[in-house]
Amino acid sequence: MSTPTEAWFDDPLVRPYAVTGGRTRSSQRGLDLITLVVAMRTPAEVADLQPEYAMALQVCQQPISVAEVSAKIDLPLQVVKVVLSDLIAQGHLIFRSAAPTNEAPSQYILQAVLDGIRRL
Amino acid sequence: MASEGSDRRLTTAVKIVVAGGFGVGKTTLVGSVSEVPPLRTEELITEASSRVDDLAGVEAKTTTTVALDFGRITISPELILYLFGTPGQNRFWFMWDELARGALGAVVLADTRRLDSCFPAVDFFERRGLPFIVAVNCFDDAYRYGTEEVRAALDLDPQTPVLLCDARDRESTKQVLVTLMHHVMAGSRLARTH
Repeated sequence: MSTPTEAWFDDPLVRPYAVTGGRTRSSQRGLDLITLVVAMRTPAEVADLQPEYAMALQVCQQPISVAEVSAKIDLPLQVVKVVLSDLIAQGHLIFRSAAPTNEAPSQYILQAVLDGIRRL
Repeated sequence: MASEGSDRRLTTAVKIVVAGGFGVGKTTLVGSVSEVPPLRTEELITEASSRVDDLAGVEAKTTTTVALDFGRITISPELILYLFGTPGQNRFWFMWDELARGALGAVVLADTRRLDSCFPAVDFFERRGLPFIVAVNCFDDAYRYGTEEVRAALDLDPQTPVLLCDARDRESTKQVLVTLMHHVMAGSRLARTH
């Protein structure tokens, strides 16, 4: 089957947004790089999950950031945000936004980070 | 734990940004303290290509990916610190916005052989009002400038800490992050007394 058009296969056979039905924006719920998500169910407990949705749910069994989900299941950030938004909408995931960005982080958090770095 | 009336079932995440020119050692610095090998996430960018020889009226779009490298430090079961390296290419400024939003502070990693490559980062954080420090990564073959020479060359405020570091060394990177946190906390105390 070697033909001069072989290079065509350099592109992913399934375009990234095919996973999300072509949607590039989700309601997103303000999902950010470090928004933490955690699964309420295991993939086995949910019927008819697409493979990417099952993979995302699997890596969220412990609290994990949106950026880490993207790195672990190797899908671009925007695609992961759509997938996670859908899982949240379906009640399979809960999320915790980062502290509001218009507020300075509390002195308590800053001190805890400083102490944590010193303990490394 | 100081409760702010929020749901504590989930952990809190905070981040620190590590910026600097291409090849200055950002991912090395992140990796020296991260509890996992640096992770990589990608953002898809669709941009109008602006080649001069494009046919008039025909707009081509290309999709590129911007890679972000980051590490993780679990401070406690309730608190996770993420360290994000900025993309090497300066044209992806909108990514810097998302990175800087809500960050505790930033480390500008400098290489004295190419000090000008960290000007854009210094500029960006000054304009954003995000507290930052400058850490000079001491490469073996680079002339060791003093921190005051670096401060003068970058035209930094007297309050902005400058220190020398070795991004490969865990203790050295810890010192960089401790210095940043002291600077952030001094600024936040000052802000509350005004």
